[in-house]
Parts: sequence; C-alpha cells; structure tokens
Amino acid sequence: MIRRREARRGGLGALAAVLLVLPFVLPNTYYLNVAILAGLNAIACIGLNLLIGYAGQISLGHAAFFGIGAYVSAILTAGQGWPPVLALLAALVLNGALAFAVARPILRLRGHYLAMATLGLGIIVAIVLAQEVRLTGGPDGMPVPPLVLLGWSPPGEAAWYGIVAVLLWIAAWLSLNLARSPIGRALAALNASEIAAATAGVDVARHKSLVFVLSALYASLAGSLFAHYAGFITPAKAGFLQSVELVTMVVLGGMASTFGAVVGAAILTALPQIFATFHEYETIALGAILMGIMIFLPRGLVPSLARLAGRR
Amino acid sequence: MSLLEVQSLSKTFGGVAAVAEVSFELEAGHVHSVIGPNGAGKTTLFNLIAGAVRPSGGKVRLDGADITGLAPHVLAERGIGRSFQTPQIFAAMSVAENVMVGRHLRLDRRLLPSLLGMPAVDRANRAARERAQLLLDQVGLGQEADRPAGGLAYGAMKRLEIARALAGDPRLLLLDEPAAGLNPTETAEITALIQAIAAAGVTVVLVEHDMRLVMAVSDHIIVLDSGRKLADGTAAAIRADPAVIAAYLGQAQ
Repeated sequence: MIRRREARRGGLGALAAVLLVLPFVLPNTYYLNVAILAGLNAIACIGLNLLIGYAGQISLGHAAFFGIGAYVSAILTAGQGWPPVLALLAALVLNGALAFAVARPILRLRGHYLAMATLGLGIIVAIVLAQEVRLTGGPDGMPVPPLVLLGWSPPGEAAWYGIVAVLLWIAAWLSLNLARSPIGRALAALNASEIAAATAGVDVARHKSLVFVLSALYASLAGSLFAHYAGFITPAKAGFLQSVELVTMVVLGGMASTFGAVVGAAILTALPQIFATFHEYETIALGAILMGIMIFLPRGLVPSLARLAGRR
Repeated sequence: MSLLEVQSLSKTFGGVAAVAEVSFELEAGHVHSVIGPNGAGKTTLFNLIAGAVRPSGGKVRLDGADITGLAPHVLAERGIGRSFQTPQIFAAMSVAENVMVGRHLRLDRRLLPSLLGMPAVDRANRAARERAQLLLDQVGLGQEADRPAGGLAYGAMKRLEIARALAGDPRLLLLDEPAAGLNPTETAEITALIQAIAAAGVTVVLVEHDMRLVMAVSDHIIVLDSGRKLADGTAAAIRADPAVIAAYLGQAQ
C-alpha cells in the first residue's frame, strides 16, 4: 500500500518533470505540435483506460465521444458564437448525458457483444456527423475558431503545449486518485468477478455506468481541445479507425496503468508523425502492434517494465 | 423471531426443479448446515437466498422483511455475506485489497472526494486496511496481506473469501463448501474459524459434504434431496432420521 502510494507520487512527479523538460529538448515547433497531439490523445486514453484497463469493459467506439466533443465545440463557437469554454462545457454535458443514456443497456453486455454494441455506437455517430452537412459540413469537415480563455487566446504552439500539459497532468492525477479509492477497487473487483463484487456490496451496473460516463468526459475534453487547436475537423476523427487507435494506445501502454495510457498515446502519436512512411502503413502497423503486444507483452509496456524494474 | 425465513422456495431450470417448495427457518446466532447428495439443490438454494439467482416461486424474509429476488449488492447491504464453492477472488489485487473490497459498503464512496484524493478517502482506506489486517489475522492469512491474491493456495483462497465476506459485517454468512479440497489440518482450522465466527454472533449457514465438520459445528441441519427438503432438525435428530439414512444409503449403492 505504502509502496504503491509512493510509486504514484513518484509517477506523478516524473510525469510533471517530463512535461516541464520536453519543450526545452524538442528541436522545433513541429515536434511541439506532435507533443500537443500526443497529449490530447493521452487525455482520451487515460479516460479509456479507466473503462478498459481498470473496469475491464471494452469500447470500440470511443472516438465517437471525442468526435462529439470536437463537433459540439466547433458548431457552438463557429455557428452560434458561443465562448469556447462554454461550448467545451456544453460538449461535456452532452457527452455525459449520451454516455449515461447508453451505458445501462450497453454495459449489460459482455465480451464480443459489448465490443459490437460500442462499435455500433461509434459508427452511428460517425455517420451522423458525415451526413448532417448543414450542421457539420459533412465529410469535408468544418473550420473551428481559436480557443479563447477569459479573453486570452493561446498565441502559438508553446502556449498550447502549456495548456495541454497542465490538463494532462490533472487528468492523470484524477485517474490515479480514483484508482486507489473504494470506487477504483470496486471497478477492479467487477473486472475480476462481477458476482463476487456484487456479493461484496458493489452495485455493478452503477459502477459500470459511472466509469463509462467518466471515460466519455475525458474523450470529450480531448476532442473539444483538439478542434480548437487543429482549427479544422472532419468526421474521420470520430470514426472506427480512430477508436481502434485509442484502444491500441491503451493496450500498448499497459492495461490498468494510467502512465501506460500516456506512454502508449505518446508512442503511437509520434510514430506516424516522425516516420512519414509509417503514416502510409498506419492501419497495418496498428494491427501488427496490437497483435504483437497481445502475444508477447499482454500486460503492455509500462506494467511489464515496472515488473522488470521491481525484480532487480 | 427467526433471522431468516424461507417459505416454499422454488427454482426450475428449463422444467427441472432444482429447488422445490423448500421451507425452513434459521434462528439467529446459530450455525446451520444444508446437506444432501450431489445435485440435491444446495448451491441453488444458496444462490436463491443470496440473490445470485431469482426464485421461480416462494418467499425469503430477513428479520421479517421480504428480500425475495433482491440483487446481491442490495442483500449485502441488508447484511448477507457469502463465499463461493469455487473461490471467486480478485486475483490481480493484493490479499488485503480483496478484503477491503468486502468493506465497500462501509467506506466513503462519493465520486468527487475520490477523484480529488481527499483526506477522507485516505482515512477510509487506512481504516479499511487495518480492518482487513485484523480479519486476515483471524483467518490465518495475516502474513500474506500484501501478496497478490492470485498466488494463494486453494485452501487459502477459501479462507480469504471468508475474510472478505466478514469485512461487510454480515448478520448472515453463507459458506458454500468451505472445507472442499482442504487437508485435515486445514479442515480443523476452518472448523475452529466457523465456531469463532458464530461465537461473535454471526448466523452461519454451511453447505458442506464433510460430515465430521457438519456434525461438529451445526446447531441445526437441513437435509435436501432432489430439490426437496427431506428433514430438518438438530444434528442428533438428523443422524437418527430413517428418511435421511435411506437417502444416503440409497446414494451409496
């Protein structure tokens, strides 16, 4: 217990240190841009890890919440002239409500059935975003006005990096706090045995809904920020490939590891940006990485490395 | 008044009656055993009482309140704890954390303080951890508290399940074959443990095949055969009951 609490504090300290040092060692703004995109993916992955890693519930449609976050922010700021922060909060409310509404029926399913249902949810959202041309601009996407915080707009890559780094650290901190609370133990318990968790007094359906909503909120926040940062969004960001990419990041970094989600997101965001050829074969590479991890490193990178370090 | 009252409880699976019109009452503070040949419906009866399976008919009352068909987590809140025939432990967690999950209902479970890591959550965790250590000491797993639960031996897992169930401060504890797969030393330890639990005022119900254990600890025995109640009484009365003897001899042939 005590050892674990120290590991958590050490991890948060290390994350803060890396986030602080990173902008000074990156050679130019292009890499800063990559770091910002990685940070946004990491926020979504920390949320998805709560669902997949801790609670053991798969979602193959999580990009839907990212996409809704992005489009609600885009539509409310561009079309309705809302302040970006208010639009971001509205996106959180809408995503939370949607996740809450679908959670009970969807999360009664298990295994393949749950995977199929979340896949369906993702596809429906992606189709709606592509078809509602009047609202969303259709498959061509739509431009998004810049982010404004209390009259201040992040002027460039460095300011954006600061915002994303702070939010990423807070996202990790919240996730780690939850994991070691009674709620976090309840999630890990229902992951291992639903009947045993229920017998111990855990309301399984309520906890599944709760973690599903939380993970949707993380994705929504990442989506809203991405829309403002990129300045342009397309329905592809809500699509199936995007959902698979998020799952692959979580699995690569390590299930039930908050820092694993961050590492997985960083690696899989950086690879295609740094190696242009990787980009062409991205779909194949994602599949190969997923298979390789499942076969050779089923715990994922961070838990496996932590175990190696612990053995020394 | 009796703690648990079971009235014409029935469960049919696809036309087959696993439990048929079973009625009995359990007096508070006593150790009760449910015995019977394999397939007599003992585990199904447990699942019906603990809410894992919904009954096809009949009533279950706890302290006079109807609890028929309530969900397991609601029954846990009402004070029913249980262990499973095949241990259902949380393998990836430590032994102590398994017991802390059993304390779930007594802890601060508010979302915001949990997310913010507020001191109240830390305090609850510390209290739960201390409580878990006491219970683990009681079941003889005090030294294993920080080990991963998945690495425990079978008999230790069974004792861990008992500690986890006790962590919820149950009034009624259902133990499904606590001595199955245990060696004689471990069985003796379990026997002493059950007696200690009952002495602390918890009403215990056992499903058990080990007759020496059953006869040693039971104040009251219920005999099931093919889903029906065959007999119900003190250990001495059951031992002398001709219908029970016939059922057991019949099975041995």
